[in-house]
Amino acid sequence: MPNMSLNKNPMPTQEPGLRAHNFDEVALGYTEAAALDEAMRCLNCKHMPCVDACPVNIRIPAFIEKIRECDFEGAYQIIREASSLPAVCGRVCPQETQCESKCVRGIKGEPVGIGRLERFVADWHNAHADSVLCVPPKNGHKVAVVGSGPSGLTCAGDLAMRGYEVTVFEALHVAGGVLVYGIPEFRLPKSIVAKEVENLRAMGVKIETNIVIGKTLTVDELIGALGFEAVFIGSGAGLPSFMGIPGESLKGVYSANEFLTRSNLMKAYKEDPVTPIMKGGRVAVVGGGNVAMDAARTALRLGAEKVSIVYRRSMAELPARREEVAHAQEEGVEFLVLNNPVEILGYNNPDDRRDPQNGFVVGMRCVRMELGEPDARGRRRPEEIPGSEYVLDADTVIMSIGTSPNPLIKSTTSGLAVNERGGIIVNEETGATTREGVYAGGDAVTGAATVISAMGAGKTAARAIDAYLRGNRSTVL
Amino acid sequence: MYKILKKEVLNPTVTLMDIEAPLVARKAQPGQFIILRVDEEGECIPLTVVGYDREAGSVRIIFQVVGATTVKLNQKHAGDSVCDFVGPLGMPTKLEGLKRVCIVGGGVGCAIAYPIAQKLYEMGCEVTSIIGFRSRDLLILEEEFRAVSKTLYVMTDDGSYGREGNVCVPLNEMLASGERFDEIITIGPLVMMKFVVAAARPTGIPCTVSMNPIMIDGTGMCGGCRLTLRDADGKPVTRFACVDGPDFDGYAVDFDEAMSRSAMYRDFERHAYEKTCNLFRAEGI
Repeated sequence: MPNMSLNKNPMPTQEPGLRAHNFDEVALGYTEAAALDEAMRCLNCKHMPCVDACPVNIRIPAFIEKIRECDFEGAYQIIREASSLPAVCGRVCPQETQCESKCVRGIKGEPVGIGRLERFVADWHNAHADSVLCVPPKNGHKVAVVGSGPSGLTCAGDLAMRGYEVTVFEALHVAGGVLVYGIPEFRLPKSIVAKEVENLRAMGVKIETNIVIGKTLTVDELIGALGFEAVFIGSGAGLPSFMGIPGESLKGVYSANEFLTRSNLMKAYKEDPVTPIMKGGRVAVVGGGNVAMDAARTALRLGAEKVSIVYRRSMAELPARREEVAHAQEEGVEFLVLNNPVEILGYNNPDDRRDPQNGFVVGMRCVRMELGEPDARGRRRPEEIPGSEYVLDADTVIMSIGTSPNPLIKSTTSGLAVNERGGIIVNEETGATTREGVYAGGDAVTGAATVISAMGAGKTAARAIDAYLRGNRSTVL
Repeated sequence: MYKILKKEVLNPTVTLMDIEAPLVARKAQPGQFIILRVDEEGECIPLTVVGYDREAGSVRIIFQVVGATTVKLNQKHAGDSVCDFVGPLGMPTKLEGLKRVCIVGGGVGCAIAYPIAQKLYEMGCEVTSIIGFRSRDLLILEEEFRAVSKTLYVMTDDGSYGREGNVCVPLNEMLASGERFDEIITIGPLVMMKFVVAAARPTGIPCTVSMNPIMIDGTGMCGGCRLTLRDADGKPVTRFACVDGPDFDGYAVDFDEAMSRSAMYRDFERHAYEKTCNLFRAEGI
């Protein structure tokens, strides 16, 4: 008999008052009892709408069935068929717009907590299962993967499973891409990413850090002199955008990328760090996506007196995962929605040009907005309310308004076409680019998107690369 | 890990190192830079490539011991290693077609200017070099510059060696007497480059500056190295020194802003420097 409770089993979390001051993981994960109880809420629908709504089509009812049977390793193996990073996706996927959005239980009440169950299963596996992986025999073909973020790791894993000799090239000093430089420890512990990377290494995947493709080596060299038969480009969307308003070069204005990279990758969150970061004071974060929430909550943990999200649309349009918004609110982040910055203001001592405080941020001039007519995509367009300008006090401003693909690879790879936004043009069915043997996926193609959609693209490309190298050479876009 | 093949102390605050990094050595060009991290707990700092030996697979860097990281790096010796060394990053200095060039280097910036002077010399270009230092004991690369320059001016602020005064003194004299160059290339402290640009401006001689702002990754990801340039209409445009530079048209760069931004972490840096020095002192090194 299914559990007919209208609500999900709540996710145990650290108390907001406590967690706002530490970098430990916020969500603590289901207990076995909670997982079993939640698994009982699944109706095991014959038509499985949740599976269609998952970008990698995890057989969701089947893994939940295994949980009900207390076969947690069996559940893990079902997820692993489709997803190479279960512990990551269980934490960072926007389930409410994917699998859970189509859950029949969601018609009346809350959907089944699919993401929470996925995380439970993955954590159980990591804690209990022997990590002896069966390494398939090598097939003698070499494939290069550019970037070790979610799409690159997925593509590398899938190809290694098929016997390919895979080398992953990473520009930074650690593997993981956005999973290590972007997503903070309190949302995705680095040890989980490290474990996934370790699994790949155990499967024979080589990971070469400190190599910038497009500088140290080029795609042309990978295919030419270095003898790789195919290349997957998963270099992400690294280039931060700014608003183009006055004052963005003042001291104390960061891109979210810089702020998060300083804190996460360079460990500026530690006491007495070696990499500096501005801590404390009043922090304004401009933007409403997951990255904005991560930046706001990181600022809070670094000791900010007050953190405000400044977003030009309303709460309903916030693009961030609902859980991240809720966590941010509980922790005391202020949401200034329907507000838009027009200028960042800096200190300027008129009597002393050498005053060391000169040039530091003191505030941000904002204008209030209202929602007008829907635009082409159906989102109501925010419009300024005339005469509503005011100054928000701020010592640090973090711009989190998006990123675009890095041009380093495009500019050094012959025959690789990109669109007007800099995204690599691919065949969506295969990930094939305009250059034979070169595939791409993730944010390098789409611009900033989600971890799971990047993983989906990595899987698609791995399949297509396999077909290509097996002799079906007609896969150029 | 990247092995230190050679270490040479050039003066009390400036050190030269050859680092084993074959992939970087294979591609490096004058004007490009690398990012290094001394150890697992270290910060990332950019350093300009001073030279490279493609056969030996080594890259030469010269650094001034000014902060915590360079103090730590300076404690390393030949045979030791640094944990990360990434590059070559940034765009090479554009030198094609130049026939008469004035190189103006200041302090440790001379280390970056030297490979450019050398390359120009090899191209058959007539090189005039002005190198400036605070005092005699900080002088570096004099003989190297002399070997590749038709004329060399050595300046010290205190007059302890060469001529007394800053690098703008001989530059202004030459420009006033009607000397002309295809280009002036200047590398050194921001304030020095600002004044070199001001001296050059009335002549309209193209003036290239090498910017070295605060960076993390060096690949365009963080945006921390951004500079404001004025385009032909005086409109501000943002550029990233790591991918668009480090060389820029000196007339377009907003130096006041760059100087302000470079001081963003001054207090932090002073604290980190003192802490690191005290640490080494306590260990009796």
